[in-house]
Amino acid sequence: MKELVILSGKGGTGKTSLTAAFASLSEHMILCDADVDAADLHLLMEPDVQQRTDFVAGNEAVIDPDRCTQCGLCKDLCRFDAILFDTEPDRFEVDPIACEGCGVCHDLCPEQAIDFPQKTCGEWYISDTRFGPMVHARLGIAEENSGRLVALVRQETQKIVSEKKIDLVLTDGPPGIGCPVIASIGQSSAVLIVAEPTVSGRHDMERVARLAAHFKVPAMVCINKYDLNPDQTEAIEAFAGMNDIAVTGRIPFDPAFTRSMIEKKTVIETDDMSPVSLAIKSVWDRVMEHPAMKMERLV
Amino acid sequence: MIISVASGKGGTGKTTVATNLAFSLGKNVQIMDCDVEEPNAHLFLDPAVTETLPVVAPVPEVDPGKCTFCKKCMEICRYGAIAVVAKKVLTFEELCHSCGGCLAVCPEDAVSEKRRELGIIEKGTIREMSFIHGRLNIGQVMVPPIIKKIRTFTNHWSVNIIDAPPGTSCPVIAAMHGADFVLLVTEPTPFGLHDLTLAVEAVKLLGIPHGIVINRAGMGNDEVKRYAQNEGIDILMEIPFSKEIARVYSRGEMIVEKMPEYKQKFLDLFDRIQTLAGPVKGVVGQ
Ligand code: SF4
Ligand code: SF4
Ligand code: SF4
Ligand code: SF4
Repeated sequence: MKELVILSGKGGTGKTSLTAAFASLSEHMILCDADVDAADLHLLMEPDVQQRTDFVAGNEAVIDPDRCTQCGLCKDLCRFDAILFDTEPDRFEVDPIACEGCGVCHDLCPEQAIDFPQKTCGEWYISDTRFGPMVHARLGIAEENSGRLVALVRQETQKIVSEKKIDLVLTDGPPGIGCPVIASIGQSSAVLIVAEPTVSGRHDMERVARLAAHFKVPAMVCINKYDLNPDQTEAIEAFAGMNDIAVTGRIPFDPAFTRSMIEKKTVIETDDMSPVSLAIKSVWDRVMEHPAMKMERLV
Repeated sequence: MIISVASGKGGTGKTTVATNLAFSLGKNVQIMDCDVEEPNAHLFLDPAVTETLPVVAPVPEVDPGKCTFCKKCMEICRYGAIAVVAKKVLTFEELCHSCGGCLAVCPEDAVSEKRRELGIIEKGTIREMSFIHGRLNIGQVMVPPIIKKIRTFTNHWSVNIIDAPPGTSCPVIAAMHGADFVLLVTEPTPFGLHDLTLAVEAVKLLGIPHGIVINRAGMGNDEVKRYAQNEGIDILMEIPFSKEIARVYSRGEMIVEKMPEYKQKFLDLFDRIQTLAGPVKGVVGQ
């Protein structure tokens, strides 16, 4: 089994549309949407949700005014400025948005006046799509723990992989280079970075590429909308060449991406012989030929 | 005045709007790039950096001479960042949230704190404008402390324009919290609309006045406009979908410099923001 994580650094480069297109080109595949903070893949996949589960992670401090003697210790201890003193009536209160759930106030309050209930931070789903199963999630607004939700979604994907003997996991990765991205690439076979030929796209791509190298995950790159700026396209390819990143191809700018999105289809489904579809197929062939993605099959 | 420029999704043109708005104002403005995982504003602005500061977080260090291996530190830590194994205390800095629990709970005074670098902050100037951004070190995960640090440099006597990170989780909240106005940048596509609705939920949770900028107007459909109308959110500006703008952007250039007719549009945008935000500290001209 191989897992390809599709990343982009910033988002908005066409990562999700490409993930969907690759799904329509693959068999025995499962989709994993690890972009839990702003998940979009379901908009193209129209998943039929089979199982819905609460994501319970972390805790939140709540002060019980009846037990609190207003000694102020919790406010001094909280490093996240989450405990406020409110007047009218006078009382200590926790700001739920600022609370990190570290539990220090709960453990150390001399009056045991701080409860520490578990929090539901989102939901995750196992679904069927027209291309295969899909595991996806939704993180609640203003929640922490996105890295943990990514890890959970990937774990659940692995369970289905062993149950159903699936060959390939396609993971739509989160933006950035922080905790959710790190959680999405560990133990994966390879990452494919979808880069845009802009000064900022190149910068973003270089940072993700360094992150992949830091965690020793083989990286590939493809350039979307390459014709927007051929100079930047070449610069990205040159960077890749010098950093042991396989260049898998160039995809032209095409309004078909947006049109397909509106029709809830992949670009390949819209017209599988269009220039953009042919370019995507060629990228996909090269991705699957990469040594890190070669399937070990018994002859 | 603090204007936070956000969008549920990356790549919608947040940085374009933030930097061009700042350039149109020209002075009494500070650009604060809080997208510390992928900072981009400097690529368009090319600021002269005058100061570089490390952003550090405290992590525990245990004095083996004082430690009695009572495990209290391990029990209070919710992040698995400190462990007592046989006669040894192990710390895992990359998991530590710097909550100070182990330090506060240790009965033997065996825990002290040392500094760990999470990233850096760079300050500088472009013409008559101030610039500040942060950069997360590769492999580090603690984003909110860097954003909070950047925000301590808010200049209350000028306009502060924050380029927020994408998404709706803790880093974005850190970049919107306490702002006078949130400008939500979106594109008129199903993905853009979906992520916009999430961003609107976040802004409403924080109770901050807000408005929408539609970037690449005309490329998709009218759903964003319909949504805005239903929700009663003003669309403050539309930037049309054009290859010329896309090329200017791709070269790392500013729209208001290459297409000067846009300067007035951004100034109009600023006027509308001021009206919607109501009376705030440090508005230009006060
Ligand atoms: S530490 Fe406990 S008793 Fe003291 S102010 Fe906080 S909640 Fe109240
Ligand atoms: S749990 Fe931690 S962050 Fe939350 S209020 Fe208590 S001390 Fe502060
Ligand atoms: S709480 Fe202090 S004494 Fe106890 S194990 Fe931890 S460091 Fe050692
Ligand atoms: S500071 Fe907090 S998170 Fe870090 S090791 Fe101590 S208890 Fe754990």
